[in-house]
Amino acid sequence: MKARVTVTLKTGVLDPQGKAIEGALRSLAIEGVDSVRQGKMFDLELSFEDPARAQAVLKDACEKLLANTVVENYRIEIL
Amino acid sequence: MRAAVLLFPGLNREGDAMRALEQASGVKPTLVWHAEHDLPSGTDLVVVPGGFSYGDYLRCGAIAGRANIMHAVRAHAERGGLVLGICNGFQILCESGLLPGVLMRNKDLRFVCRMQHLRVERNDTPFTNRYSRQQIIKVCVAHGEGNYVADPETIARLEGEGRVAFRYSDANGELGGEANCNGSINDIAGVYSERMNVLGMMPHSENLIDPMMGGIDGRGLFESLVHAPARAA
Repeated sequence: MKARVTVTLKTGVLDPQGKAIEGALRSLAIEGVDSVRQGKMFDLELSFEDPARAQAVLKDACEKLLANTVVENYRIEIL
Repeated sequence: MRAAVLLFPGLNREGDAMRALEQASGVKPTLVWHAEHDLPSGTDLVVVPGGFSYGDYLRCGAIAGRANIMHAVRAHAERGGLVLGICNGFQILCESGLLPGVLMRNKDLRFVCRMQHLRVERNDTPFTNRYSRQQIIKVCVAHGEGNYVADPETIARLEGEGRVAFRYSDANGELGGEANCNGSINDIAGVYSERMNVLGMMPHSENLIDPMMGGIDGRGLFESLVHAPARAA
């Protein structure tokens, strides 16, 4: 089965890359974008078909490696 | 002093670290590959040098921080052994959980490579006993992700427990402003672990050990380690 993990910066953590992208959008005259926060996305293929197990395995993966929970949140989606 | 210098794919400052250690101690350090499970027996000090381990993939130091050898480094630190992480080594120690906080992208997004003054916050640790308290030293920095960030409780605890090792300053010891090269909270350039036996720092003291390079203020760190009481397990 397939899953997707999205890692984003926690609210309040400065995101200079997001800020730079925000500035670039403004310079392209793309209107109405109030703010940009950059994150990461991981697409994973799992060797089993059990959604509950997938949640547990991916939570472990996020806590141990994919996210640095000091500054990042993560979201797990089973696709 | 028996020192082990760790080597991960993508590091490039291991030679500099080894030269500084050998100059101070007269003993050649052992280079230890990341896939090893054990440190050489009798290791007093583990040094995690700078560079770009695993190309900074995922996050700086994230993959190296979980390598085999880091289990041995964690055990070494738990026994009271000394650990020094410089630049990418600092990032690796934070990612491995040996030090709190995280090094984020420099505030102005630029890779900063320049001479840098630091204020030595205390001189009663194994890493700084050859400096004087509040001494201003000139070393250098070279990093893109050195912006030290931690939650307010962690910062308050670090400050309260005297665990800030160095702060970015100018030549006169003034903190903040232009002297803070990366936006770090409270101008933090290096932090200690709870038991003061693990130090992580962004600046490269190992590069200021020869007058040819414009100064020798970095020597104090390595000479301090040589004179620190033995802690080998």
